[in-house]
Amino acid sequence: MPMFSLEARLKRQAMFDLLFRTLTRLSAFGVLALLAAIIFSLVVGSMPAIHAFGFGFLGSSEWDPVNDKFGALIPIIGTLITSGIALLIAIPVSFGIAIFLTELSPRVLRRPLGIAIELLAGIPSIIYGMWGLFVFAPLFAEHVEPWLNNHIGTLPYIGPFFSGPPMGIGLLTASIILSIMVIPFITSVMRDVFDVVPTLLKESAYGLGATTWEVMWQVVLPYTKVGVVGGIMLGLGRALGETMAVTFVIGNAHDISKSLLMPGNSISSALANEFTEAVGELYTSSLIELGLILFFITFVVLSIARYMLYKLGQREGSYT
Amino acid sequence: MNKFDLYTRRRIVNAAGLAVSVLAMAFGLFWLCWILWTLLEHGLPALTSTVFTQMTPPPGSNGGLLNAISGSLMMTVLGTIIGTPIGILAGTYLAEFGQRGWMAPITRFINDILLSAPSIVIGLFVYEIYVVHVKHFSGWAGALALAILVIPIVIRTTENMLRLVPSTLREAAAALGAPQWKIINFVTLRAARAGIITGVMLAIARISGETAPLLFTSLNNQFWSSNMDQPMANLPVVIFQFAMSPYEDWQRLAWAGALLITLSVLTLNIVARVLFRQSVTTH
Repeated sequence: MPMFSLEARLKRQAMFDLLFRTLTRLSAFGVLALLAAIIFSLVVGSMPAIHAFGFGFLGSSEWDPVNDKFGALIPIIGTLITSGIALLIAIPVSFGIAIFLTELSPRVLRRPLGIAIELLAGIPSIIYGMWGLFVFAPLFAEHVEPWLNNHIGTLPYIGPFFSGPPMGIGLLTASIILSIMVIPFITSVMRDVFDVVPTLLKESAYGLGATTWEVMWQVVLPYTKVGVVGGIMLGLGRALGETMAVTFVIGNAHDISKSLLMPGNSISSALANEFTEAVGELYTSSLIELGLILFFITFVVLSIARYMLYKLGQREGSYT
Repeated sequence: MNKFDLYTRRRIVNAAGLAVSVLAMAFGLFWLCWILWTLLEHGLPALTSTVFTQMTPPPGSNGGLLNAISGSLMMTVLGTIIGTPIGILAGTYLAEFGQRGWMAPITRFINDILLSAPSIVIGLFVYEIYVVHVKHFSGWAGALALAILVIPIVIRTTENMLRLVPSTLREAAAALGAPQWKIINFVTLRAARAGIITGVMLAIARISGETAPLLFTSLNNQFWSSNMDQPMANLPVVIFQFAMSPYEDWQRLAWAGALLITLSVLTLNIVARVLFRQSVTTH
C-alpha cells in the first residue's frame, strides 16, 4: 500500500515536470514565433507597395504623397550615412574609454566611472533629441558650422560635404548625437571582450618590457579582434534603428544633397514623422515597407555581430 | 644612440596613447554632464506642483502632466507584468533545458537580435497586428509593444543569472529526491533572484523612456483616461509633441517631463546596478 502511493506521487511529480518543461519550452518558442510574426506582418503590410513599385522602390528617390509615388533611396542613404559617421566618431572614443577603464583607471574609480558611461546608454533617446534640438544644434550652428564652412568647406574633394548654410540641424548633427548614443554600447562590449584576454598573455608581454599601449595594441587587440568587430557591429545595429534622437535633429527633408550640413531623412525618422498622418493605402504601405527594409538591414548587421561575439566566446578557455 | 631613440619613441607613443584614452573618457563624461545639466537647468524651474495635479493643457494655458504620468505608469506596469513571466520562463528553458537540440541555440540567437532590434519596428508590428484590426489606438496596444521590448531583456538576464548558480546546488536538491520543477522553482530560480530582479528593473528603465513604439500604438490623449481601450496619454509622446511645438508653455512642460523621465530612468539604472554588484549585461 505505501509502495503504491509512492508510485502515484512519483507519477504526479513526473507530470508536473513535463508540464513545467512544456511551459518553458512554449515561452522560448514564443520568441521564435515573435520574430516570424514580425517579419510576416511587415511583409503583408508592405504588399501593396511591393506590388506597385517592385524593386524600383529601393532605387527611387521620389517621395510624393500627393501623386502616390514613393521611393526609399533618400531615407536609406540618410540612415546609412548618419550611422556610418556616428561609428567613425564612436569607435576611437569607445576604444579609448575601454582602455581607460580596463588598464588605467584607479581601482576605486573604475566602478563609478563604468556606471557613468553606462548611464549614457540609459538616457532615453527622446532626451538626446530634445537636448540636441534646443541646446546642441544652436551652438553647433553658431560656432562649429561656420568654421567647417571656412576651413574644410574650401578644400578640394571633401569640401562640398562640409559647406552649406549653418542651420544646426542636418545629417552631421544627427550623426554626432548618434555617436554619443552608441559609445556606451561599443565600450561595454569592448570592456567585456578585453576581460577575456588571459592574464598570462598580458603579463608575458609586460615581462618582456612592453608598454601599456603596446600590450593593448599588439596583444589584447589582436586576441579580441573578432569580439571588437562584433561590438562595433552591435553599435551599428543600434545606430541604424535609433529613432527619436534623429527625428529631432535630422531636419526631415526628402532631399538629396551633397552637403552633410543640409537636412536629410532617415528611415526611422520618416516613420516617426509621417506614419500616423499618412493617408491612403499606398502611403501607409510604403512606410511599412521602409520599416521592413530597416528591420532587414539591422537583422543582417546584428546577426554578423552576434556571430562574431559567439566566435570569440568559443575560443575562450582554449588557452587555459 | 639608435637604442635611446627607440626607447624614447616607445615611451612617447605610450604616453600619447594613454593621454588620448584619458581624453576619450573625459569626452564621454562631458556629454553626460552637459545633458544632465541642461535637463536640470530647464526642467527644475518648470517642475511645479501643477505638473502633478493638472492635465495636459491646450496651448496658451496652464496645465500639468498628470494624465501623461498616469498613462505612462499604467502601460509600463502592464507591459512589465505581461513580459516578465514569459521572459523568465523562456530564460529558464535556455539555461536549464536547452543543453541539447537545435531550439535553444536558435532561440538564444534570435533573442539577442530582438534585444537590439529597432523599437520603432516593434511599434509598426503591434500596429499591424492589433491597431489595424480594432481600428483605433489604445493603451493595450502600447502595453503590448512595451511587453515585447521587455521579453528579450528578461530572457537574457534570467539565462545569464541561472548559469551562475553552481550545479552542485541542483545536484544536492536532486539527491534529496526533488523533482526537476521543484529544483528549478525553489532552488535555482531562488538563488538567482537578485540578478533576475535587476534584469527586470533594467527592462523597466528601458521601456519607460521608449517613445517610438508608443507613437503608433497608444498615441496620445489630451484628457484624463484610465480606459486601456482608448488612446492613452504617456510622457514620452507628450514630450515629443510638446517639444516640437512652437508654444513656449508646452515646451516648458516638455522639459519638466524630460527631467522626470530621466531622473526615474537613471535612478532605476543606478539602484539596479548598485543593488546587484555582479555586472548584468543587457547589450
